[in-house]
Amino acid sequence: MKEVIKVKDAAFSYNGRDNIFENISFSIKKGDIFCILGPNGTGKSTLIKCIDNMLKLKEGSVILNGEDIYSLKKTDVAREIGYIPQMHNPTFPFSVLDVVLMGRAPYLSLFSFPTEKDVKIAKDAIRTLGISHLIEKPYTEISGGERQLVLFARVLSQQPSILLLDEPTSHLDFGNQIRILEIIEKFASTGLSIIMTSHFPDHAFLVSSKVAVMNGGGFIDMGIPDDVITEENLKRAYGVDAKIVYVNDGAANGRKVCVPLMNR
Amino acid sequence: MGFDLVGEMKGYPSKSYHDPNDEEVIIKKGLARRVSINVVLVLLPVSLFFASFLLGRYPISPPEVIVVLASKFLPIEHTWPAVLDTVVFRIRLPRIVAAMLVGSGLSVSGASFQGLFRNPLVSPQILGVASGAGFGAAMAILFSGNPFMIQVSALLFGLIAVGMTYGISKMVRGTSTLVLVLAGIAVGAFFSALISLTKYVADPYEKLPAIVFWLMGSLSSVSNRDILMVSAPILIGMAILLLIRWRINILSMGDEEASALGVNTRKLRIIIIVCCTIITASSVCISGIIGWVGLIIPHVGRMLVGPDHKALLPACVSIGAFYLLLVDNCARTLTTAEIPLGILTAIVGAPFFVYLLRKSEMGWS
Repeated sequence: MKEVIKVKDAAFSYNGRDNIFENISFSIKKGDIFCILGPNGTGKSTLIKCIDNMLKLKEGSVILNGEDIYSLKKTDVAREIGYIPQMHNPTFPFSVLDVVLMGRAPYLSLFSFPTEKDVKIAKDAIRTLGISHLIEKPYTEISGGERQLVLFARVLSQQPSILLLDEPTSHLDFGNQIRILEIIEKFASTGLSIIMTSHFPDHAFLVSSKVAVMNGGGFIDMGIPDDVITEENLKRAYGVDAKIVYVNDGAANGRKVCVPLMNR
Repeated sequence: MGFDLVGEMKGYPSKSYHDPNDEEVIIKKGLARRVSINVVLVLLPVSLFFASFLLGRYPISPPEVIVVLASKFLPIEHTWPAVLDTVVFRIRLPRIVAAMLVGSGLSVSGASFQGLFRNPLVSPQILGVASGAGFGAAMAILFSGNPFMIQVSALLFGLIAVGMTYGISKMVRGTSTLVLVLAGIAVGAFFSALISLTKYVADPYEKLPAIVFWLMGSLSSVSNRDILMVSAPILIGMAILLLIRWRINILSMGDEEASALGVNTRKLRIIIIVCCTIITASSVCISGIIGWVGLIIPHVGRMLVGPDHKALLPACVSIGAFYLLLVDNCARTLTTAEIPLGILTAIVGAPFFVYLLRKSEMGWS
């Protein structure tokens, strides 16, 4: 299948001297869920921001549908790539509908406003995420889980073909984490390609079709989850011992989970 | 997206999922309130505009005001004394128009800046425009005293101050909006010191009172010529801000998010800064420094129409015009002597700001 996005020999530096990461290459096909695992501060979020051209790579390139991302207009990139940030502090209590409508920005010129059609797309997205009852609620007064759903609705109204998710589950409770993973899986099943970062190797087992482990400014391993999420790789990435075990979750083959061990 | 997550979303209240009209009901509930607020927002400034002609030492009756004003557009026989024309067109009209222009301009700039900087304490003067303009005016008073020179110098130094702020922010690495605010504080302090220096060396019997009075802000000497000079920049600046106002919503979510939504944040930021600076500098040069308007009116607007800049900026045009006209009417009629407008806006504005804080309905989290 055709690659929708390809990152080649990417390197990035904030100050021009020390590279946050370097020599990163990967490519994603339609419907893929690519999960980037790695410890705090290793540059996962920075990498995500580079893919969306929020930050500019020092070396290397990002090829979107065969075209260099730096040769494309910002709005063209935003029509193809949607992004959900790790967390943000909203300043204004915009209504949920107002926030979701922002996803229509790449389709509107500088001096224009959302039309009836844009409002309809936004409402459809809100309904798809099952949060119609929140539509007029201030975005600042809903729970963290609901807020994440609003951001998913916003990115849906942006109608991209690639989704970048920066730690989509990290601020959520036990149940909401799984609900978000279910949504991610649904999105991918409709043909969206997803690139996400995560702290949880278990989440990579649950949904991803491809995994990379990032540490020390590069990918130390990449491939299908069963090959990459190994006790050895977890030790290399996180510096702790972990056991990978099978659990029978009622499905045909059961699945693997990671259990970190404590030194006592 | 052709799939339905509704059934999958276990654990979320399912009340409204299957009723596509439910959201319409929720939205309609707010509609009636919005319509009535909009009617009030149009009627208030318009009625105060006409009522303001009645205020002042020379008594004019409401029918006279209407006839005199209409005579400009309709062929009406001139049956009233000429002094009425002078009072209406040369004394009261410029002042009323100036108050409305400056009030709405400062309020729209304030709302735009608060959105851009994502900060409720930001006023249009944040980038140092007021201190720069104050210094320009003080210099002009010191060296010439010609009213036209004072205006030009105020405008020029207001623009120079913001230019310096922007230049400094470009030299520093870091979050650009935060650096802008900090640079604005530095530039403001620098020009404040220069204002003090000008005052210190000014002749204490003639020049010093003139400088002090100018800095307090007043519309008492506004002429029709002044209005003609500043109305174009103020109106054009406001029109551009009104055209891009929906995008201020997106910008207020933060640079990175806005950029991911396809917004050219650099370009948008420059447009907002240039428009606000032109509006504020033009206002300052005919009115002196009038504080608090650009700070509190956006908060009042948010209380009435909510935080969406699409509704907020037009509301600020209306409330700002109404508010400053009201305060200026008080400034010229409360006592036999003129009260400086800048003093009144602060006396009214500061307690009102505290009241807003107590009500905690500022529309800020």
